[in-house]
Parts: sequence; structure tokens; C-alpha cells
Amino acid sequence: MQNFPGVGVSPGRIIGTIKQMPKPISEPPAGEQLSGETSAEEATAALKAAAGAVHDELKARAESASGDGKAVLEATALMAKDTMLLKGAGKLIARGTSAQRAIWEAGASVAEMLHNLGGYMAERATDVLDVRARIVAELRGVPAPGIPSSGTPFILVAEDLAPADTATLDPEKVLALVTAGGGPQSHTAIIARSLGLPAVVAAAGVDALADGTEVFVDGAAGSISVDPDDAQRAAAEAWATNASLLAVFDGNGTTADGHLVPLLANVGGGKNAVAAAGLNAQGVGLFRTEFCFLERDTEPSVEEQAAAYKSVFDAFPGKKVVLRTLDAGADKPLPFLTDATEPNPALGVRGYRTDFTTPGVLERQLQAIALAEKDSEADVWVMAPMISTAEEAAHFASMCTAAGITNPGVMVEVPSAALTAESILREVGFASLGTNDLTQYAMAADRQLGPLANLNTPWQPAVLRLVGLTVEGSRAEGHNKPVGVCGEAAADPALAVVLTGLGVNTLSMTARSLAAVAAVLKTVTLAEAQQLAKLALSAPSATEAKAWVREKLPALEELGL
Amino acid sequence: MPERIATIASRSGLHARPAALFAEAAGDVGVEVTIAMQGDPEDDALDASSILSLMTLGAAKGDVVVLRAEGDGADAALDSLVKLLETDLDAG
Repeated sequence: MQNFPGVGVSPGRIIGTIKQMPKPISEPPAGEQLSGETSAEEATAALKAAAGAVHDELKARAESASGDGKAVLEATALMAKDTMLLKGAGKLIARGTSAQRAIWEAGASVAEMLHNLGGYMAERATDVLDVRARIVAELRGVPAPGIPSSGTPFILVAEDLAPADTATLDPEKVLALVTAGGGPQSHTAIIARSLGLPAVVAAAGVDALADGTEVFVDGAAGSISVDPDDAQRAAAEAWATNASLLAVFDGNGTTADGHLVPLLANVGGGKNAVAAAGLNAQGVGLFRTEFCFLERDTEPSVEEQAAAYKSVFDAFPGKKVVLRTLDAGADKPLPFLTDATEPNPALGVRGYRTDFTTPGVLERQLQAIALAEKDSEADVWVMAPMISTAEEAAHFASMCTAAGITNPGVMVEVPSAALTAESILREVGFASLGTNDLTQYAMAADRQLGPLANLNTPWQPAVLRLVGLTVEGSRAEGHNKPVGVCGEAAADPALAVVLTGLGVNTLSMTARSLAAVAAVLKTVTLAEAQQLAKLALSAPSATEAKAWVREKLPALEELGL
Repeated sequence: MPERIATIASRSGLHARPAALFAEAAGDVGVEVTIAMQGDPEDDALDASSILSLMTLGAAKGDVVVLRAEGDGADAALDSLVKLLETDLDAG
């Protein structure tokens, strides 16, 4: 039995057959000519046929899609047989260029034209390049790039998934995600948790497995085994039974001895918030407002923003909703706010810092929040991302006061904020630890990089220490100002116990993880959680911290988490 | 050659969904239809059934465009396409 160890990022035990994500289509060599026996007419006809097949395939996918995805697929399907694209390619073929090279160049010039128009058009340039790659794949007779389509559910294996791939991922068809690259905080990991799909990342070698190979995936242990044995088949069956139990959260986060740890949801917008409320989230611990701004080339108006915010507030009447102000930059660029040419965007003008270079946007966002809060029943808290100093915290607090917002707070993602939590918390009312970025900055390891996956885990004792220091800072400040966690760490049930033991007040996570976290938290007392926190802090490595804590939490094994 | 004038009614202009709906309709009328911004030379008119051409035309809400077609059924085709352009395709 062949085994591929990786990093488990979303629990679940499942058996299925794999499908490999096709490799990206390589560029046909520059100057490639029609081969001797092919006439220009034949090449043009072959190109037309390939374009027609791509059009029909995309059109068929559009039929079964819904919402925004459907509109994008419909438009992309039309591009495949667009006269501008095909006539451009036809001219090149008439001059002797091969069909593949001709469509490649024609696609490039159309994409460049759209790119130069900027804004919405520039975004569509990517669709043209996608269509071009599909037509070349069709001409070569190889699978189209992107997530393979299949009538039966399968385990998707890829080098890594990009945000664009995950948008077309159908959770009805994909049983689990396995990637050879990527880290615990990669997009693959985040999408897997939000869809509730078992996932293993950084499993080197899996990209060599043949399509149709039957494998056992353990998303908690982080392993993939070829030719599953009886014990693994039993484990997969047990998971299928447990999974339904783990889908229900009773809306009451607590330890065995009744120490309350409200379990909140991370949401991106109104629809998301309604779904989280349906899963009994006790509020929202992280409302990522940038989702209202992404794919925009200009700033939305105050009224438009207020309506978007209110849709989230309205899903949680009488409950806490912690809103994070615009977190643009690094992996979330915005044309009107961030500079795409920064050599080191993760350390650049991002988050709260965009107020230094583009003042006004944050001020108007705060006005919109105040406006939305006025006629909503939610308990609205507002925090700024990427705060590094007490001075910044004070400035943000004064901006909130000016806008009429009464409860300002900060995200603790930059290690300096954890180290100076006491003085920062003198300026604001609460802190929320963003463990994804805190880990990336504490370990100096880019969160998207597979080779750094072992550095990039919130189980690193250094990261846990920074969490502990933030809680200590709050205690030293003396007013019991709440410290929450809203990173991916809170969604790991074992880590949730450690965070509780470190003194964190609330845990916020993707709503799908609420039930599993609640189930495990309920099996320990606060004193036991504190012991486990000490144990994790004393570990010499992240691997040992995780192993030692997991060993003391038998519920994890019983539930398959 | 029969031609018609139409004012773009869709909120997002002739982009995205409206462009896709219009290109598809223009491709289905059975005659070749061209589109140009009002005042632009006829030689610069673009293929109305090409979504990429429509996108590069960049017509915004309120812009006036000229549709042209020739042959059997050209008038009926143009009438139906004008109606489409003057409907807010972003609504609903």
C-alpha cells in the first residue's frame, strides 16, 4: 500500500477515485508553421470545429450553473466562437501559421486590447486566455484546463488550486481535495473548510497518480493511501455516520465545566451571513468587507456600502457582528487603492495602511458602517486590519469616534501588535487575532508556499506565544477587554481547545466548522484546556505541539477529526 | 442600407450580461448586423454578434449607437435588436 503524507487541513475520511487537474496548456512554439500536408483551409476548418466544441461544452456547463457563474460561463462560451478572435486567427493561418499558434496569438492580442481598456474589461482578458487555452487543448486532443467535469463524484488532485479554480468547484461532484503543493493557509485549504470537504495539502508525489486510482483520504491526519485496506474502509464508513452528527451546532459554545466560549462565524456578505445564522453561529467574529469592494474599479458609494453591511447585520439581530474595515493589498489588490507594483506586497501598503496613501476611503467606509448600524439591531463592533502600533490604534479609534462608532478594535496580525497589546488595548475596546497573517509574519513564511507548509502552521509554539502575549496584554491593561481569534486556527478543534486555554474569549471560524469545534470543546474543562495550552507552549516544534495535544483529546479520534 | 439608432438602456452599459445577450441575439437574426457609436464612420462599424467587439466598443448607458444590416429581413432584425438595446438587461 502506497502512502503519501501531507498536511491535513480539513477533516474527513473518504474513499474515492481520483481525477487529476490537467496541467496548464503550454504555449505553441513561436513561429510554428502549418505542417506540409495541411492546407490553410483545413487548418481553419479544424480551428472552427475546435472552437465550436469548446463553445458547446461551455454552453452546456452554463445550463447547469446558476447566478454569477452562469453569466460568466455564457459570456465565455460566446467568446469561443467570436468572429473577432477567429478572424484574427484565420488571417494568421492564411499566412502559413499553424492553427494552435494562430489562435494563441489572436487570443493574446484580444486579451491585450481588453487589458488596456482597464476595469471590467481587463478582468475579462483572463476569460479570453482561458478560452484560448481550451481551444488549443481541443486541437491537441488533451483534457481542457480547469477542474475536470465528470458524471460521478471524484477526489480532485492538483498541484495547487487558484481562487479562480475554486470558484468553479462543484461540491456535489468533488469528494475531497488533495494537492501536491500549497500550505495550511492556502486557498485550497480555505475553500475546503468553507465547503466542508476533506482536504490534504503539501502531499508531494500525488500529482503522479493515475486518474481512476482508488485512494483513502484522511483530512485530519493528513494522509492519502492507495488501495485502501479494511480498516480504512471502516473508518470512511464511520466518518459518513459521524459527519451528519458533526453538522449540527446547538448555538452554545462552552467547555465541559460551563466556561462560555462564544463560537462565531467568519462571513463575507449577506448571503453568507444568513447561512451562518442558519448553522447557529453565535454572531459574526469576522465580517470581511472587502467582498463588497472586490472586482470594482471604483469605490462603492456610502449608501451602497451601507446596504451591503446592513444585509449582514440583519442576519444577526441582537447578536455581535465584528466588522473588519477594508483589507486590500497583498493577495487582495484593488485598482483604486493598492499599488500593484510593490516589490513585497505582504509587507506593503495593505489593510489599515491604505489610509496613509489614499485617505478618505476608510473614513467613508466608517460613515457607511454607522449608517447601516443606525437602523439595524445587531451589536456592531468595528476593527482595523494590519495595525502595528498603539499610535495607529489611537488614530483608528479617533476616526471611529468621529463617525459615531462606539466600539473600535484592532486585528492582531503583525507580531508587533501582539508584543505591545497592552498599550494598543488602552486605545481601543477589543482585539481579534488573525492567525493566518500572524503566522505568516511571525515565521516569515509566505502562506501560499507548499515548501514552507511546516513553518506556516499556527501550531508553531512562537505563534501560540504571541496569542498568549496578546491575552496577557489585555489582562495588564486592566479592563477585561475581549481578545478573540478569527483566523483559520479557530476552526481546528484541537487548536480551539489550546486557544481557549490561552485565555482567548471568542473563536470565529468558517460556519461549517462550528459543530466540530463545539463538540470537542465540550469534552474538556477550562483547567484541562489551560494544561493543554501549557503543554503546547512547551513543545519544541509545531509537530510535537500538535501531536501532544491531540493525544490528550480522545474525542478527536472518536469523531474522526 | 437599413439602419437604426438606439440608446443603451442597461445600467452597466454594453458589458457583461447585456453584451452576451445582445451578441447572442445578433448572431441569431440571420443577417449580418454591424454596430458603431453614433458619429463614427461606417467603415469602423463592428460585428454586432461578436461579444469581444461589443466589449471593445465600450458603449455606456445613455450612449447612442447605430445598427446596420442588409438583405432579407434586415428591417425586422434591426427592430428587434433596437428593442433589446433599449431594455435594461441588468434588471431582474
